[in-house]
Amino acid sequence: MKILVCISNVPDTTAKINFTDGDTKFDTNGVQFVINPNDEFGLTRAMWFKEKQQATVHVATVGDASVEPTMRKALAIGADEAIRINANPSDGFFVASQLAEVAKNGAYDLVIGGRESIDYNGGMVPGILASLLDMNFVNACISLEIDGNNATAIREIDGGKETLSTNLPLVIGGQKGLVAESDLRIPNMRGIMMARKKTLSVVEPIDANSTTKDTKFEKPAAKGAVKLVDNVDDLINLLHNEAKVI
Amino acid sequence: MSVLVYTETENGSFKKSAFEVASYANSVAEQMGTSATAISFNSSETDTLGTYGISKVLNITNENLKSFNAKAYAHSIVEAAKAENATVIVVSSSTDSKFLAPIIAAQLKAGYVPNVVAAPESTSPFTVKRTAFSNKGFAQTQINSEVKIIGVSNNAFGAHENKTNAIVENFVPTLSEADFNVKSVDIDKAVGKVTIADADIVVSGGRGLKGPENWGMIEELAEVLGAATACSKPVSDMGWRPHGEHVGQTGKPVASNLYIAIGISGAIQHLAGVSASKVKVVINTDEEAPFFKAADYGIVGDAFEVVPQLVQKLKEFKAQNA
Ligand SMILES: Cc1cc2nc3c(=O)[nH]c(=O)nc-3n(C[C@H](O)[C@H](O)[C@H](O)COP(=O)(O)OP(=O)(O)OC[C@H]3O[C@@H](n4cnc5c(N)ncnc54)[C@H](O)[C@@H]3O)c2cc1C
Ligand SMILES: Nc1ncnc2c1ncn2[C@@H]1O[C@H](COP(=O)(O)O)[C@@H](O)[C@H]1O
Repeated sequence: MKILVCISNVPDTTAKINFTDGDTKFDTNGVQFVINPNDEFGLTRAMWFKEKQQATVHVATVGDASVEPTMRKALAIGADEAIRINANPSDGFFVASQLAEVAKNGAYDLVIGGRESIDYNGGMVPGILASLLDMNFVNACISLEIDGNNATAIREIDGGKETLSTNLPLVIGGQKGLVAESDLRIPNMRGIMMARKKTLSVVEPIDANSTTKDTKFEKPAAKGAVKLVDNVDDLINLLHNEAKVI
Repeated sequence: MSVLVYTETENGSFKKSAFEVASYANSVAEQMGTSATAISFNSSETDTLGTYGISKVLNITNENLKSFNAKAYAHSIVEAAKAENATVIVVSSSTDSKFLAPIIAAQLKAGYVPNVVAAPESTSPFTVKRTAFSNKGFAQTQINSEVKIIGVSNNAFGAHENKTNAIVENFVPTLSEADFNVKSVDIDKAVGKVTIADADIVVSGGRGLKGPENWGMIEELAEVLGAATACSKPVSDMGWRPHGEHVGQTGKPVASNLYIAIGISGAIQHLAGVSASKVKVVINTDEEAPFFKAADYGIVGDAFEVVPQLVQKLKEFKAQNA
């Protein structure tokens, strides 16, 4: 089984978000970049398939050279090879078109992406990718088992979960649940050393359109001070008469 | 030119979000000088959509589409969009809508913008405001494709009445076997419980509650308020509560009218996921807990004393206001 894990390079979850260039760009100053958390669950599940079912695991990212440390981290966690598509990830449609080209050329059986990236929150790359490749697709995937050509996936639904049965080739939009939190791996010294010797190839993008463009950003309005009360009667009164939510 | 909106049903009845997206679609249609058509699957109450400004309802009656199937539903919506010459397609922020919207986008080469919080700033160029960076910011996003798909954030636009006479048509999409290549085997869903996505009020507990055995009072509070229950990430990681209840940046987003956080410190990842809630109440023993800075109302106090009192007083309040 050949697996491609699509990795989005995102600001660390604790990053303070600021904008620059007249609020038209995300300010990367002082920001730590990490593997998108949803993708980290997917990558770790791919490692399980590698170790238990002899899968080969490649990772791909659309981005400039600044994303390479994140890709090296994926290699240190255990991916066999990395592919960087040398382009600015301008929107979900563009990114999916680039990944589709890589996925087609590599003849992958399983493509693992995340439900959404925590920066631009597009939530669309895996779904568009699956459609462009005409592969089966499961979004918000919290469990995945593969047996030969058959796949059993569980997806999150509002208020519960749904078990789905399908076949490879398959694309998933994964998230927490794919592996236990405690199974996530911090790269060790040996992994980091090995990662240096692994192939990180750079490919040039194909011609593809973007369909959307973020023209301006803004931060949420500052919050007024909290009203502290010292008894529940006052709280109920405020919620009823002032906030009008009960 | 028209606006098409996917109005979701559950057992034949429209979900709450259906009226919100219908209202949104009607508002876009008015801005563009056209009308809004809804598409629904096996709805038994199609006429209610007229209340929210929908002038035409395409209802699909098909046994094979009784339960949600992303690809088959997406293809049906694509067909309806073509038949109606729709240039804008509106969906909700439910897990189902977020599953099918990218499939529609690929088919129609359409730009899709999720998490939209307001009516378009302009329809030419087509520009909408959405949340980004997991609620730590907003973006103005321009959609440049001919067909545009908008995912409306839960509880951001609201349902607005605008009485119209909706004509109802039966719609028959042409589906192939390949549309059912992903098959549902089992659905495991709590019955009669309010979901976090649909809830007006969410009651959430954190590590401050010490252990799963103490959740009884959280559930009682949720029950008296008709609320959904939620929790912080470590609480679900430790198995005190099911994973589906984990809210925050890496869990479910919450955009309720009221969010009550009990024994939750207010880490940045937690706040990101719940900040879209309109009113936030914090109950925490530590007055320095960061959550107080992001809250509207707070009680510095022990949850084990405050919550049972709150349950009791709310019961009395409800009895008086019933
Ligand atoms: C990559 C990443 C992603 C993350 N994503 C999320 C996410 O999506 N959602 C999320 O929630 N977290 C997330 N976290 C974890 C987050 O950083 C915090 O660790 C977590 O939110 C803390 O949970 P808590 O508030 O329940 O626990 P704690 O931080 O331990 O806080 C417990 C609080 O309870 C109070 N308390 C104690 N006793 C009582 C009492 N008797 N009565 C009232 N109050 C009491 C304490 O004063 C304290 O403020 C993420 C972390 C990382 C690294
Ligand atoms: N620039 C990128 N390079 C590779 N994969 C990406 C990129 N952006 C997004 N993805 C993948 O698509 C998923 C969803 O991203 P998005 O649609 O941007 O929210 C991510 O979790 C990744 O798996």
